[in-house]
Amino acid sequence: MIRMVNRALKDMWANRFLNAITVVTVALSILIVGAFALFFVNASGLLSLWTKEIRIMAYLEPDMTPEAIRSLGKRMEGMPGVGDVRFVSRERALEQLREGMDEASALLDSLEENPLPNAYEIHMAEAFRNREKFELLATRIAGLEGVSEVEYGQEWLNRFIRIIDLFRLVGIAMGALFFLAAAFIVANTIRLVLYSRRDEIEIMRLMGGAEAFIRGPFYMQGLLQGALGGAAGMTMLFGGFRFVADKVAEGGGFLPVRFLPDEMILGIFIGSMVVGWMGSYVSLRQFLKA
Amino acid sequence: MAIEDSGEPIIRLFHVHKRYGAKKALSDLSFEISRNEFLFVSGPSGAGKTTLLKLLYLGATVSEGQIIIDGLNLSRIPRRRIPFLRRKFGIIFQDYKLIPQRSVQDNIAIVLEARGAPRKTIRKKVRSVLRTVGMEDKRRALPPSLSGGEQQRVAVARAIAGDPQIILADEPTGSLDAEAAEVIFELLREYHRRGATVLVATHDAALIRRTGGRVILLEGGELDVVTTIPRLPA
Ligand SMILES: Nc1ncnc2c1ncn2[C@@H]1O[C@H](COP(=O)(O)OP(=O)(O)O)[C@@H](O)[C@H]1O
Ligand SMILES: [Mg+2]
Repeated sequence: MIRMVNRALKDMWANRFLNAITVVTVALSILIVGAFALFFVNASGLLSLWTKEIRIMAYLEPDMTPEAIRSLGKRMEGMPGVGDVRFVSRERALEQLREGMDEASALLDSLEENPLPNAYEIHMAEAFRNREKFELLATRIAGLEGVSEVEYGQEWLNRFIRIIDLFRLVGIAMGALFFLAAAFIVANTIRLVLYSRRDEIEIMRLMGGAEAFIRGPFYMQGLLQGALGGAAGMTMLFGGFRFVADKVAEGGGFLPVRFLPDEMILGIFIGSMVVGWMGSYVSLRQFLKA
Repeated sequence: MAIEDSGEPIIRLFHVHKRYGAKKALSDLSFEISRNEFLFVSGPSGAGKTTLLKLLYLGATVSEGQIIIDGLNLSRIPRRRIPFLRRKFGIIFQDYKLIPQRSVQDNIAIVLEARGAPRKTIRKKVRSVLRTVGMEDKRRALPPSLSGGEQQRVAVARAIAGDPQIILADEPTGSLDAEAAEVIFELLREYHRRGATVLVATHDAALIRRTGGRVILLEGGELDVVTTIPRLPA
């Protein structure tokens, strides 16, 4: 194992120019993938901040007994994803409306009876603050007996969510594309190295070298290229992030920004190693078929 | 010294043919090589000596016929077992096949690394075989900086590094003067005494007479004659 790493490092040093280009290419790919991930992480962070504010209003049927209303509230509390459930009586709703209308509230005095229904105001549990779960919950609440209508969300928020979804899609597609490009570059480099080493490989085979023994250092080389590229890419990303974060802070820090969570950094790093490994695999498959 | 051939053959050929395209390199070869035999394959250039050795270590495959080595039928051996077959051999190639970018000692170490030997063992063994061929002080040199004779000695050192059961030597004295050739041959005889089976391809009749042993004489890819030449008294 150590011998393999040594041999791989020696090889890389012997072809340092080629390897440098490969590592830089992998780094740039990782940088772009990372940038998308970073955007996505911060956009969803922002989103979850906003979704904390949104709630589902469930308007109740008229003529429900207090017991029926209470048991409905209990059922809502028992539903998965529901955080906080608050009852808003029709009287309280009217009061709120009155407060909201200021001078015009006199208009309400002319009403003979309160036209507003009783309602439950439902907030989501933290873990459930995403759109699909949110909509699913709203639909299920709408289906409960005693609920006449639900109201939730705001149009702009939905639009924002849709844009983020689009970005996620583009990000995944671009990520896949750049990962592929990086794997292709690594494959190409390894192919060149294999080509320059073909006599040596043949000799090692004649000396009774097993395939694993012969291929190991090349896999190691791909893995190292991936790892170095990944580390360099993440470092560049972090540098860029610090720069932007400082600018945001100067601007008053109205937006909360954060770097990628540790597990995502690890994931991207491992991903870049996998890319290197795949590059080697492709070349070795092709070149050492015999 | 009389050489005793012990019992069952280590290599057996049955009606072996080898063709390169339409060109026949070997035709209908059948013979056996005993364990611990010292055997020569002789014949003029182009007779098929190198081809015959290649078939043994699966550097090429037979077009027809069967080769059995140490109980293994080479036509049936699975690909992943080939390295194990090759580790039975110590091969001195006609063109040496040294890796030009690696030092003399690294070239030899490969044989042992391929077998998964521990570092320390490898270092010791490499030193010892280089001492045996008198190339210890050139261990850090790259092969292209060595003379033909020196490269040949490195090739010999590499061939014996793995303590092989069978030594295949293709014109092992081709680029050596008589004195150096005798040193190499003495070495082959030494490994033979220790129990190895030795197969030497050469067209040098004088060398054969000096060592003695069975000779397979090839002519245009066909077995011409098998004779036993007694060793000349020194
Ligand atoms: N790889 C090859 N492709 C085509 N012909 C070959 C190849 N190797 C050897 N030959 C031919 O097979 C014959 C035997 O060659 P070889 O075994 O090298 O003879 P020797 O070693 O006795 O000089 C020669 O005619 C040679 O040209
Ligand atoms: Mg030859």
